[in-house]
Amino acid sequence: MSRLRSVARQTWQVASIPLLAILLAFVVAAVVIVVSSVFTRTGFEPLLPLAAYASLLAGAFGSGTGIVNTLVAAAPLIFGGLAVGLGFKAGLFNIGVAGQFLVGAFAAAVVGARLADTPAALAVPGAMVAGALGGAAFGFIPGFLKARTGAHEVVTTIMLNNAAVLLLTWAVNDLVRAPGFSFPRTGDIGNSALPVLFGRSLHLGIPLAVLTVFAVRWLLERTTVGFEIRTVGQNPNAARYAGMGPIFITTLTMTLSGLLAGVAGVIQMLGVIGFYAPGITASVGFDSIAVALLGRSNPIGILFAAILFGAFRAGAPLMQIETSVPIEIIDIIQALVILFLAADLIVRRVFRVRGAKPIIPELATVTQTWAGGAPPAQPT
Amino acid sequence: MGRRRAAGAADLMDAVGTVLRLIWELGVYLVLVLPDLLPIILFLATPLALGALCGVLNERSGVVNIGIEGIMLMAAFFAYLTGFALHNTIGSGPSLALGIVVAVFVGALLGLVHAWLTVSVRADQIIAGTMMNIAAFGVTGYLNRLVITPSGLGGAGVIVPFHLPDSIASLPFLGPVLVMFFDQGPIAMSVLFIVIALQLALFRTKWGLRTRAVGEHPKAADTVGIDVYRQRYQNVIFGCALAGLAGAFLTLESTGSFQNGMTNGRGFIALAAMIFGRWTPIGAFGGALLFGTATALGVVVNVRVPEGDLGTVLKSIPTYWYAALPYLMTIVILAGVVGRSTPPAADGVPYVKEGKG
Repeated sequence: MSRLRSVARQTWQVASIPLLAILLAFVVAAVVIVVSSVFTRTGFEPLLPLAAYASLLAGAFGSGTGIVNTLVAAAPLIFGGLAVGLGFKAGLFNIGVAGQFLVGAFAAAVVGARLADTPAALAVPGAMVAGALGGAAFGFIPGFLKARTGAHEVVTTIMLNNAAVLLLTWAVNDLVRAPGFSFPRTGDIGNSALPVLFGRSLHLGIPLAVLTVFAVRWLLERTTVGFEIRTVGQNPNAARYAGMGPIFITTLTMTLSGLLAGVAGVIQMLGVIGFYAPGITASVGFDSIAVALLGRSNPIGILFAAILFGAFRAGAPLMQIETSVPIEIIDIIQALVILFLAADLIVRRVFRVRGAKPIIPELATVTQTWAGGAPPAQPT
Repeated sequence: MGRRRAAGAADLMDAVGTVLRLIWELGVYLVLVLPDLLPIILFLATPLALGALCGVLNERSGVVNIGIEGIMLMAAFFAYLTGFALHNTIGSGPSLALGIVVAVFVGALLGLVHAWLTVSVRADQIIAGTMMNIAAFGVTGYLNRLVITPSGLGGAGVIVPFHLPDSIASLPFLGPVLVMFFDQGPIAMSVLFIVIALQLALFRTKWGLRTRAVGEHPKAADTVGIDVYRQRYQNVIFGCALAGLAGAFLTLESTGSFQNGMTNGRGFIALAAMIFGRWTPIGAFGGALLFGTATALGVVVNVRVPEGDLGTVLKSIPTYWYAALPYLMTIVILAGVVGRSTPPAADGVPYVKEGKG
């Protein structure tokens, strides 16, 4: 009995701030919805948030299709969240998930179309490996630059996101445009499509995402590399004195992070979209940051956070149709969640929580290496 | 074998020679088109320069702000919304002027939020900035869909540059320079003065000394009686007001319309310009001009095609590559410059007053 209580207390210590941050975010977003309803044709509607949240919930969990949609939307977020979370563990902030996602999706689409007629047992792994390598290469660049020159990944990854959109648009237009379509796009992926396991759209990527959660957990907690990643994140100087080579670890972590983000693009491409065309939007980028923060960069936490945000993304269209509340409210809720996680002081004050742990201690390293890898100042 | 190697070496020399000649021709070409290019560069550099100045003011006082992108976007939206809502009732001129005021106010307000989060709450500064960017994306997208799209009304209008009387424009030498200057809108023009004023303020006034003291060694500053928190609040709010002005430029002076996410990474290029300029206003402006040039190249190549091989080469580069050039250049410059420039010592470190743990 006392053991059960101690487990409950530990869970509360870890999960209280994220859960209360979500609650608070929904309350503030409700105020936003009510206030902004004044400016619409229907006028002031005090009960609109309840209606909106009800259809959000109904869209995400109200039917078998809804639940499948939630899981399908969650799968890339699991990979993306793991990508950002793994970066956090090494004191790196990968805002480049959007770009790595696109590169992964593009590579999978191109190779997938090439292998469209080969047996699925060959085509699917081939396309997946191509996408994973693409994402990894795109993660390697900022990782290597950070490690060697100190160029901070926050700026370089954002720049790579913008460059990726433009250069991939060019590539689809001029390099790999498939004949016979009225707009630039890659060819059909045929046999490279991920097998559907259940219903109409529950594809192989979902169990794969769950397996990856445990693989990353194993990497971080049971391997030497994982130990070194965590040490670099907690104290780069200590890691250097211990002979761990932060240059190698930083590059490796960013490459792995890019690989995970690339696989997010792969499963979205091979499981849902089916071809690459300019204008593929990747809300996965921002979502992944929120997911990683909410999951405290812990793989299991990320799994739950990704399902939550998958539910938001899956339920939002129904909410917009039924209540005219714009789907962008999800982005606002996301920003609010991050706000209350970053300023957890607010959450602690409002709910009088004590003894909860800080969200992600390694974040301090991210900020301290800003502007050129200056040696982290020791907090006094 | 030996002869083939010699031939290969000769080929290599030829190739190197060609590349060098092309680079030389590119330089000559850029100088020749400079009169055409300069207004475009200034125009493109304006939001970057204002954003970079915001970064300088923030980081000189010890606060990292990666939310400049979001602040620009939010200010751009509200400036547009103001012009959009009022230009039929109070006329185009006043509504645009009011739009600029609103943008600056929105920038300052978001600066207050950032200052509160980073200075008072001591939240992680990078995450606070990330929050700002996502919030701006969400709020502007939300209101755009809710208010502007369904109304079906026209745009907010664009600020028309002031035209000089012919007597001044026809002056020898000075005339074209003045015309070029006044052809810029009021915000682009004001940037030149803001840069010089800030450079002087930061290095020649008591306020500037205090700012730098707070950013380098807050404890020492505190000991001699400077209010660290107050100084940081001031700098962050004032800097973000400038980012707000950049937002107003994007919607009211540059395009006359608003699109979701229209800042397109400018807030981050501005940060790179700031680092390139070693945290000084004039240097940051130089960085902004550099990135403006990279963007302008893609524009001018299509307008004034150079002759000969250079023209063939420049024309054969796809437009998407030109569009990506500023982003790629940001990465290269960051990688090359960062190690050699030193940020303010207390940049990104929250200050805890003694006895306030």
